Amino acid sequence: MTLMTPDKSQENQQPTQWEGSLEELKGLVSERAFTGETMLLNMGPHHPSTHGVLRVLLELDGEEIINLLPDVGFLHTGIEKNIEHKQYEKGVTLTDRMDYLAPMNNNFSFCLAIEKLVDLDVPERAQIMRVICLELTRINSHLVWLGTHALDMGAMSVFLYAFIQREKILRMFEMISGQRLMTSYMRPGGVWRDFTDEFYTALDSFLSVFPSKVDEFQRLLTNNPLWIDRTQGIGIIEPETALAWGVSGPSLRGSGVNWDLRKAMPYSGYEQYEFTVPLGEHGDVYDRFYIRILEMYESVKIIQQALKKLPRKGPFRSENRKFVPPPRAELGRSMEAVIHHFKLWTEGFSAPDDEVYVAVESPRGELSVYLHGTGGTKPRRVHFKTPSFMHIAAMPVMSKGHFIADLVAIIGSIDIVLGDCDR
Amino acid sequence: MSLPQPKDPVESVKAALPTAVLDVTAFRGDTTLVVAPEQIVAVCKYLRDTPGLVYNFLSDISAVDYYPEYNRPGRFGVVYHLLSMLYKRRITLKTYVQEEEPVLDSVVSVWPAANWLEREIIDMMGIDFNGNPDKRRVLMPADWNGHPHRRDYPLGYETIMFSFNVEEIMKHKPKATE
Repeated sequence: MTLMTPDKSQENQQPTQWEGSLEELKGLVSERAFTGETMLLNMGPHHPSTHGVLRVLLELDGEEIINLLPDVGFLHTGIEKNIEHKQYEKGVTLTDRMDYLAPMNNNFSFCLAIEKLVDLDVPERAQIMRVICLELTRINSHLVWLGTHALDMGAMSVFLYAFIQREKILRMFEMISGQRLMTSYMRPGGVWRDFTDEFYTALDSFLSVFPSKVDEFQRLLTNNPLWIDRTQGIGIIEPETALAWGVSGPSLRGSGVNWDLRKAMPYSGYEQYEFTVPLGEHGDVYDRFYIRILEMYESVKIIQQALKKLPRKGPFRSENRKFVPPPRAELGRSMEAVIHHFKLWTEGFSAPDDEVYVAVESPRGELSVYLHGTGGTKPRRVHFKTPSFMHIAAMPVMSKGHFIADLVAIIGSIDIVLGDCDR
Repeated sequence: MSLPQPKDPVESVKAALPTAVLDVTAFRGDTTLVVAPEQIVAVCKYLRDTPGLVYNFLSDISAVDYYPEYNRPGRFGVVYHLLSMLYKRRITLKTYVQEEEPVLDSVVSVWPAANWLEREIIDMMGIDFNGNPDKRRVLMPADWNGHPHRRDYPLGYETIMFSFNVEEIMKHKPKATE
């Protein structure tokens, strides 16, 4: 990226509607940088606290951040373009690679869009299984966030404790999907396979100890005076500003806006579960931290309720053979099954030439999918609006006026994943 | 606290801005307003500020390319997804942009969140937004040729740069902009 010089002709334009000024959106450093009064400093893309490959160009007055220009795109892998060239079901494996800390959420949002586009049913039991997986993914993602966030600020041991718990979740993912990270477990119409017996056992033992482990993390951080000094009053974003900038998820709730898609516009049967939505009030780094800690307890509650409702045997994928391939065992018995199997794995299913839009609450915020069919077996366009993308765009609002060391705390607190941002 | 009664967004927009709404479509329970391109900022502002509608949150802006079928009023569609947190509902605005002049007005003055979403479309789809303050490429490198999400842009087939063909490749690469 090269610096853009300030354009004199646009300086007199008055923004009329929105209370902020367009000037600050321009992606420019101030004129003081050209006289050498302020210093330009490049941070990243290979910087351990940027959580991937985020580059920020900082304009500094001493230690204080005057301006901040995020530069993304280093992890752009053309996932949206690639999905346009694949059949619908084969696109699911690519969505894992976006937000690699919450693969199930990406699978789920894409499957939800396909199901809406072709009007495919999902059995009740599969919806409950999906909720269990989604909440496990949420805990998984929050654990990585907690570990790295604390590590960035010098609290090394939290990272190790958090990763012990995360390892248990990854093993459970391997039990159900055969993969630890890139699960591709959700498929259009349900999930890939039924839960295994060892998964139930592992999940039970995990749920029985996990809340006490979160208590342990809290003992290390929540009332720790060093942690409080580093996080309270840092990176404040007002609720109105956060909404205008499209901030969502725990980062929005940290500012006290009660908006959780699982509660407000439920999907996949979330309205049947009892859980609370933790809210902050100051909108600073500490509130965003504490909300994610509390969300882990809530996720455990949801999984426990879901396990109670989940029958051990039953359908885990839709029976609609026009969209869902038959189980392997049926191929030896039924000619119809052979035909469906052949059609679905060679040609794929067709979807109408129309558009749908779905949004789900991912661990980071509102993840939404815009899917446009062609009438054929491949999509015309798929677009993921990812929370990390919006949060990085809003980063300058939170960081101006803070010290450069606080920027590390702010980057951690908005929980960005660059694979999610760049797609 | 009593909320103002929710209004029907389609009827309200039609009444307030009679020339703006070209068409209304519904698919799988979602309502889409097809809006005249020159009126998009006015419609967005109306939907955001009117009591009873209050679409205060911009969820997404995405663009779709209808090449090679051209079965819509324009080659490109730009789709705005708005969310009303107060009334817990969404609405979709859609505008069609012509191939010859892919330009729209920017809604950054309504929601600053639109800034990066529009930058992504400028970058990936090659649709320009009048009034967007920051039009640099966001995902692709600054010296990239073409707009990858257009349907006539091939998938892959970029020549790999080696020492024997580096000069040949650099010859037709555009120079980095200022």
